[in-house]
Amino acid sequence: MIHTPHIDWFSIVPILVLLGGSFVALLCAVLVPDAWRRTVSALVAATAATGGIVTSIWLYVDSANGHRVIADSFYRDRWTALSQIILCAITLATVLTGAERAREHESEFFALLLASAAGMAFFVGAASLMTLFLSLEWFSIALYVLCAIDYELEGALEAGLKYLVVGSFGSAALLFGSALVYAATSHIGFVEIAAAARSHDLLLLLGLAMIIAGLAFKSSAAPFHMWTPDVYQGAPTTVTAFMSSATKVAAFALSFRVLRTAFPQEEHLWSWALAALAVASLLVGNLAALVQKDVKRMLAYSSISHAGFILIGLSTGSALGARALMYYLIPYSAMAFGSFAIVAARERELNAPVTLDNLAGFGWERPFLGVAMWFFMFGFAGLPLGGGFLGKFYVLSAAYEHGWAWLVVVGVVATIVSLYYYLGVVRAMYMRSPAELVVAGGSPPRERLLQVAVGMAFVVSVGSLFAVSPVITLARHAASALPF
Amino acid sequence: MTVADFTSVLIWLPVGAAIALWVLPLSRYAIGSLAVLVSLVEVGLWIEQAVRFRFNATGLQFSQNAPWIKDLHVSYHVGEYGFSLWLVGLTVVAMAACIGYGFWVGRDRPRAYFGLMLLLTGATVGVFVAQDMLLFYAFFEAMLIPLYILIGVWGGAARTGATIKLLIYTMAGSLIMLAAVIVYGLQVGTFDLVNAPISMSRWLFLAFMLAFAIKAPLFPFHGWLPDAYREAPPEVTAVLSGVIAKAGTYGMLRIAITKFPEPTSYYRTVILALAAAALVYGSLLAFRAPDFRGVVAYSSMAQSGLIAIGLFSGSNLALDGAVLQMIAHGLVSCSLFLIAGTVERRTTTGEFFRLGGLAKGRPALATLLLIVGVISLAVPGSAAFAGEFLILAGAYQRAWWWAAIGAGAIVLAAMYMLRLISAVLHEARGATVDDAALDLRAGELALIVPLVAALLVLSAWPAAIAHHSFAGDNPANAIVSQFN
Repeated sequence: MIHTPHIDWFSIVPILVLLGGSFVALLCAVLVPDAWRRTVSALVAATAATGGIVTSIWLYVDSANGHRVIADSFYRDRWTALSQIILCAITLATVLTGAERAREHESEFFALLLASAAGMAFFVGAASLMTLFLSLEWFSIALYVLCAIDYELEGALEAGLKYLVVGSFGSAALLFGSALVYAATSHIGFVEIAAAARSHDLLLLLGLAMIIAGLAFKSSAAPFHMWTPDVYQGAPTTVTAFMSSATKVAAFALSFRVLRTAFPQEEHLWSWALAALAVASLLVGNLAALVQKDVKRMLAYSSISHAGFILIGLSTGSALGARALMYYLIPYSAMAFGSFAIVAARERELNAPVTLDNLAGFGWERPFLGVAMWFFMFGFAGLPLGGGFLGKFYVLSAAYEHGWAWLVVVGVVATIVSLYYYLGVVRAMYMRSPAELVVAGGSPPRERLLQVAVGMAFVVSVGSLFAVSPVITLARHAASALPF
Repeated sequence: MTVADFTSVLIWLPVGAAIALWVLPLSRYAIGSLAVLVSLVEVGLWIEQAVRFRFNATGLQFSQNAPWIKDLHVSYHVGEYGFSLWLVGLTVVAMAACIGYGFWVGRDRPRAYFGLMLLLTGATVGVFVAQDMLLFYAFFEAMLIPLYILIGVWGGAARTGATIKLLIYTMAGSLIMLAAVIVYGLQVGTFDLVNAPISMSRWLFLAFMLAFAIKAPLFPFHGWLPDAYREAPPEVTAVLSGVIAKAGTYGMLRIAITKFPEPTSYYRTVILALAAAALVYGSLLAFRAPDFRGVVAYSSMAQSGLIAIGLFSGSNLALDGAVLQMIAHGLVSCSLFLIAGTVERRTTTGEFFRLGGLAKGRPALATLLLIVGVISLAVPGSAAFAGEFLILAGAYQRAWWWAAIGAGAIVLAAMYMLRLISAVLHEARGATVDDAALDLRAGELALIVPLVAALLVLSAWPAAIAHHSFAGDNPANAIVSQFN
């Protein structure tokens, strides 16, 4: 007889809600007539995402004492719940952004989106190498398909394939690393690994290195970033918006937990490794972004450079670093999502890839989107127009507290470099002379829902500057679930 | 609402008004009037504060303190000392004149223009009243955002290069200051400027000084100055040189000198030498500059050098003089740039070889330019003379040669100012000067005359500022004791 573990159903309610939504959306593809299909599936998806937000808030409130559930394979704690809140909010915004775009596989788009969100929501709570790998594949496979869902789009298939190949490589590295760790400790649970680990165990260290590499692929940290610009550029912009924000949240939240919980003895090693990744990402992301003309590609490199900033917080491994990480992710994901959503709006208007040149005059034509974009760009650059500024402050504070003043200097220099390309976008939107303006042709589509999504991102990114204390309190409670 | 709340109101009223301008469906005329009205309300609020200010009392007045980021001990702490009160006054008066100027000339895209001018007002007041390092930094950076767009959108033909230079220069300085803020704040355990103990670190001092020296600007950090001052709309240049540059010298006084007494005396000679270089080199460049704005721009740099000499010579007289000179020069350069704007409107140029003979038939323009010019070259009895005399007398107490250099530069000031006056007003009539070009109109007079009147009042009673900036008769001691 197979022994079934006790299942704490409540702990996985957000995941079940998202998955349920995914199934219903998939059914819509068959049962709902063409004319209604997009509306109904979008409605289902929005409901599921909202349900996910509500239930994960509930879970957050109700999980003050973090513990493992379901045969010790999943964490029910505030770190998981806060990450899930962010993920579900991003999912909701993605649904809103995607709801007004006609595509061939509409229901499938929402079904895959929700499936991927569910996978991420599971991923951030993983408590053993098994659940970690399973959920990683779960959300990755959904994303591979999403990247190529508009296969008539130029570059979409290429993006999907590239992501599939490179992503699988990352997954394989992670899986191999997990196997090595298991071989060294004969455990797969994070807590048990920490307890069984011997010092100077080469097998374990090799496994750890490969796990870090696998996760770095997902979070697109240099030098594992090669796929990012191509995939971000080729994928449908709505999907890019989702990937650039949600995948990062999931990957970084989980990375911190794995390293902190399973490998505390090796902290002196992984903190240096992550610091090296951070420096590499800052270098590659910022330098490459300087020369980009395509806005999506530029934002892709910018997301690599922000991965570098987040890794600074991660590399400290401290409680302050954990707070900094969580805090950074909130305005960052809002800005990343919002900026890609605005690119999506311009793209639909022009029916062409958005470059710095054809962004000319956009700020005056669409005042709200223009203002939001300049807030996001200045926020990315760390000017005090939004939470991005405090995120940087927090992350660099964590680095200094860790005794790494040099990392503060690296972060500051990277920010100075990044100014050039972020300001380039603002310049393109507002400062071209009328003679250079591109005529977009006809009145732009209204896209109320997309504007609502951008508005949400805007409110979060600006609100997190003024309401720092509440957000930090959330992050602190979440971080207290981790062992320090 | 008590008078202490006015400090916050002075910051947030214009910000709120800017948002209202962007959101409310107002006519072009209503937008401009509302902006002017708000800027006048600011002046009124400030007068109310100045009347209630207790100049004999030590310590911070009109202060408000609320936690902002609790776990890092960052607070929203604002308040005023004597000298910050005067700088706030300079800000609101100059901004009112400049916003009025923008209204008078009917700037294009009024919604964006007046909103940004109001944002700039709020941020600049914030710099002068912030008593928390991170808050100070946030406002210091926030000033740049509206400036960047104001120059980039409404500026002259070569505005793109000017804005990039301005941004990169000043952001590089201030991001290094951010690193210093983080390190200093975490070292002493608080970001509060009033409570933070003094520091001995020379590195931190240099990082702060770099940011302030770029903003002021001091030699050799003035690379951004000529382009920005020439390409910006005249009223924005007026703000930039009259008010924003003073944020640099204010920072030297409030943070660099106050919090780093040991490094201040260690680097005193170097800084005095750089300030003297700015003074002499700026004066020489002003003498060589081929256009109206160039002369005033380089003279601003020279004056910043003089103010820095006053601040860093560390004697009582010089400190009093430096504050007086900040205000006097702020008013002078604001008026001069506005007059430059009126001249450019009439002749389409500021280049001397195409100007000349404007005095004939334009008595108001000639009178105002002559009065401001004469005050600016520090004719005995003028406010600028009082300021420069105090600075030089104080510098003499440090070493006679600083005073000698300063006195020499005053001679240069007379030369470039008289050259400016004669090139614009007298000499043969320039190619672009048309007989039909009108004298200053009532609207223009209403903007410039109050500034000149303020200068004349200060000329009659320089002690209004010189004796009311630091409580007690000993500013050098006050700096050490009062702010800690």
